[in-house]
Amino acid sequence: MPLPTSALDFGIFNDRRYPLPEVSAMTETINVNINGTTYSHDVEPRLLLIHYLREVVGLTGPHIGCETSLCGACTVELSGKAVKSCAVFAIQCDGAKILTIEGMAANGKLHKIQEAFWNEHGLQCGFCTPGMIMTTKQILDRNPNPSDQEIRHGLEGNLCRCTGYQHIVNAVKAAAKAAGA
Amino acid sequence: MATTTITKTEKLVGKRIRRREDPRLITGTATYVDDIKMPGMLYAAILRSPHAAAKIRSIDISKAKALKGVHAVFVGEDTKNAGAVPCGASLPGLRVPHHNVLAIDRVYLVGHPVAVVVATDRYIARDGVELIEVDYEVENAVADPEKALAPGAHAVHPQWPDNVAFTFHQEGGDVTKAFAEADVIVKQRIVSQRLIPNSMETRGVVADWHAADRTMNLYTSTQAPHLVRSLVAQILGLEENRFRVVAPEVGGGFGAKIQTYAEEILLAWISMKLQKPVKWIESRRENFLCTIHGRGHVDFYEIAAKRDGTITGIKLKIIQDLGAYFTVLTPAIPTLSVLMMPGLYRTPSISADIVGAFTNCTPTDAYRGAGRPEATHGIERMVDMVAAELKMDPAEIRLKNFVRNEEFPFPTATGLVYDSGDYSAPLKKAMEMAGYDKLRKEQVEARKQGRYMGIGLCAYGEICAFGPSPATPAGGWESATVKIEPSGQVTVLTGISPHGQGEETTFAQIVGDELGVGIDDVLVVHGDTSMVPYGIGTFGSRSTAVGGTALYFALQDLKATIKKFGEMLLESDDVTFAGGQCTCNKSGKSIGVKGIAAAAYRAMKLPPNTGPGLVATHFWEPPNFTFPFGAHLVVTEVNGETGDVSIKRYIAIDDCGNILNPLIVDGQVHGGVAQGIGQALWEQAVYDDNGQLVTGEFMDYTMPRAHMMPWIESGHTITPTPVNPLGVKGVGEAGTIGASPAVVNSVVDALSPLGVRHLDMPLTPEKLWKLISAGRNA
Repeated sequence: MPLPTSALDFGIFNDRRYPLPEVSAMTETINVNINGTTYSHDVEPRLLLIHYLREVVGLTGPHIGCETSLCGACTVELSGKAVKSCAVFAIQCDGAKILTIEGMAANGKLHKIQEAFWNEHGLQCGFCTPGMIMTTKQILDRNPNPSDQEIRHGLEGNLCRCTGYQHIVNAVKAAAKAAGA
Repeated sequence: MATTTITKTEKLVGKRIRRREDPRLITGTATYVDDIKMPGMLYAAILRSPHAAAKIRSIDISKAKALKGVHAVFVGEDTKNAGAVPCGASLPGLRVPHHNVLAIDRVYLVGHPVAVVVATDRYIARDGVELIEVDYEVENAVADPEKALAPGAHAVHPQWPDNVAFTFHQEGGDVTKAFAEADVIVKQRIVSQRLIPNSMETRGVVADWHAADRTMNLYTSTQAPHLVRSLVAQILGLEENRFRVVAPEVGGGFGAKIQTYAEEILLAWISMKLQKPVKWIESRRENFLCTIHGRGHVDFYEIAAKRDGTITGIKLKIIQDLGAYFTVLTPAIPTLSVLMMPGLYRTPSISADIVGAFTNCTPTDAYRGAGRPEATHGIERMVDMVAAELKMDPAEIRLKNFVRNEEFPFPTATGLVYDSGDYSAPLKKAMEMAGYDKLRKEQVEARKQGRYMGIGLCAYGEICAFGPSPATPAGGWESATVKIEPSGQVTVLTGISPHGQGEETTFAQIVGDELGVGIDDVLVVHGDTSMVPYGIGTFGSRSTAVGGTALYFALQDLKATIKKFGEMLLESDDVTFAGGQCTCNKSGKSIGVKGIAAAAYRAMKLPPNTGPGLVATHFWEPPNFTFPFGAHLVVTEVNGETGDVSIKRYIAIDDCGNILNPLIVDGQVHGGVAQGIGQALWEQAVYDDNGQLVTGEFMDYTMPRAHMMPWIESGHTITPTPVNPLGVKGVGEAGTIGASPAVVNSVVDALSPLGVRHLDMPLTPEKLWKLISAGRNA
């Protein structure tokens, strides 16, 4: 009888095809700059960056939509690049600079991308939105004036189930325009 | 397109106003269930069956229990007295399987919860799950509803060897006569495949029991918090008034969060048992396996028509894949397909049969459209086939059969009364926008060049705004309370539970217009049973049409009270309340809402027969459903070398009655269309013969991504409904319902030169490439 074929079944089934996890009390100290503040924590090597941000640092803006790097809800900026923080271990971020959705608005003023998502109705339930905004930042950092096709290609790694993406594409365009103005 | 800036005197309803819920969402400061943290909170992880059908010989939890950080491990025997997961639907002769919170003795589907580990953090809880040993005696499974109904099939529930949960029959008009006198009869088997709703936020629960005062706080990602409260309180024998359910920020639902799930009962039970707050967050893999699926129809259609294209009768047999168990509405969903089987057409006679089949799969239930997409897909495919048979244009046959404007309210052969409509208007508008005649000429040219270009139409109707209470399982009314605070600010408490639909904005627009206050002075509160009066929730495109109407009537009551205070304060019985001011028509003196609110709470003096304060509550019972409609037109081209479908144009003309906020309505249409295109082209829950879900993660289940979606050209016609004073019909599901038949009709049209007359979804490149290759070689 075939069993589930997914490597993602860890922690749901226990069909013994995977080695049992080694639960270790070992921790390592990491120093990370997040949204301009430096944090120092002792973390288990297996702790994912998304869990570190949400559970240890208390930044719950990045969301967990799949834990398999396929949905993009957990996207943050790590050393200048948009990454899916469910696919990175916290200990890999020692010495790194991280920007999360919470760090986008400055001095009580929304970032232009946030304004654009608001104005263009680029969100409905809002769950994918922090990831979408962080991905949009990278799209525009790399190309200040992207075409529709380039925007859609840039958003490929971020799933949204509510909007059909059209208003998100509009928001990215509006943000590009606002940044150029 | 930019949003509108409001000046004080303008009406708010009808404006493109950006949403008031957005600031917390775009800054990452909203609170979803997984963002809730409590002192001493524990984490639960659930062990689930890897088999679709098996007996449980034994479960060894000793190693898990011994793991450092594990507080408790529970199995089915422990939770035996926790009550069963409820089914709210009732049909004559319905067989309802006892749905335990955790499996006892047997498992019936992959993902069936078997044991739960409660630990100090989520990593240790999952480690604990890995340490449980279960000895299964694996049996054969059945994962296909047609195979389940075949003689000798594995019995999903041993006590019902035929796998039939119910049969249902409905008839209207004289269908025998219609078929006897038909010039043409067209038959087709049509599949509406199983889909997985996949809201971006999975489910999640935090349960927090306080023994001293017997109160339960249950935070859960739901569309219907009051329903969860009533059911879980009853199942656990708790007092409903001490049971608080909160739907915090909810990251999408699409019907999959209307249900009351095993985990909501289980977590509440654990919190009582351990006297601690407990959290469980569903993983995406669990969401694929353990949250309801949608659709799952095999339909057998027969249509009788006259030579001139007049449709005289429809026969339909539905085999509904129910899955192994029922959730709240499972068996009721296909009955909605029967109600809407005539579509927008006059069709005087129908006959429908449903067979509900048990399979060793995840239960099906309401997924965006719930029964209506299946019905619309069926009738809209069939109408195209009748047109092809009679060599008529697909637009012509639709225009010929539409219910006529003068026939409303129109009684259907299925027992409904369509409220209002101008069914040809959206179709004509879509054809005009597309340049239909020119497109047909282009198609002739394309075919000469060997290109597969298709034009697909769909004219859809839906039943919305659920609904008159006698026709719904738990009441179909909705509630609203409006309070003007002593400061003059307005608080709305609504029984609906929006999770992306934007009612914090649209309801504030209604209030702003009715009370003449600024939109920033209005707060809309929802989703907390301790704060808002009992309500039914958000689903079935009902929130504005039913909840908004309850709000409208509460506002009328409040305005009457305001006027009484105005009369007293202005010392006149000739006072008008408008634009936020009570004005004496004789003296011209006036007083605003703020001044009246202060006087009403200060209560130095009160108008006759009037108490202090400014509060009104209204429970509104809708006299009928609403019936939105529309037309979608899709131009596709199929790549003959790869089988890939390219959508060249997507035109969606929707009539949802009056529009309160065009920005939000467009968003609803776009999202709906994306899910409909997803079904038409890519999405499918695939089970193998052993009942393993093969498409069980985002890697294998093809959700539409940004680069896959076409630009949607959306437009509207406006036919207000007479059912409610706002004239709104509902728009949440329209896009999904219109999209799948429009896309499939377009692709079938593209491939019709190869002799194709029907294709079942999803129209994957592989499927189309094989067909084109075979057609070319033939």
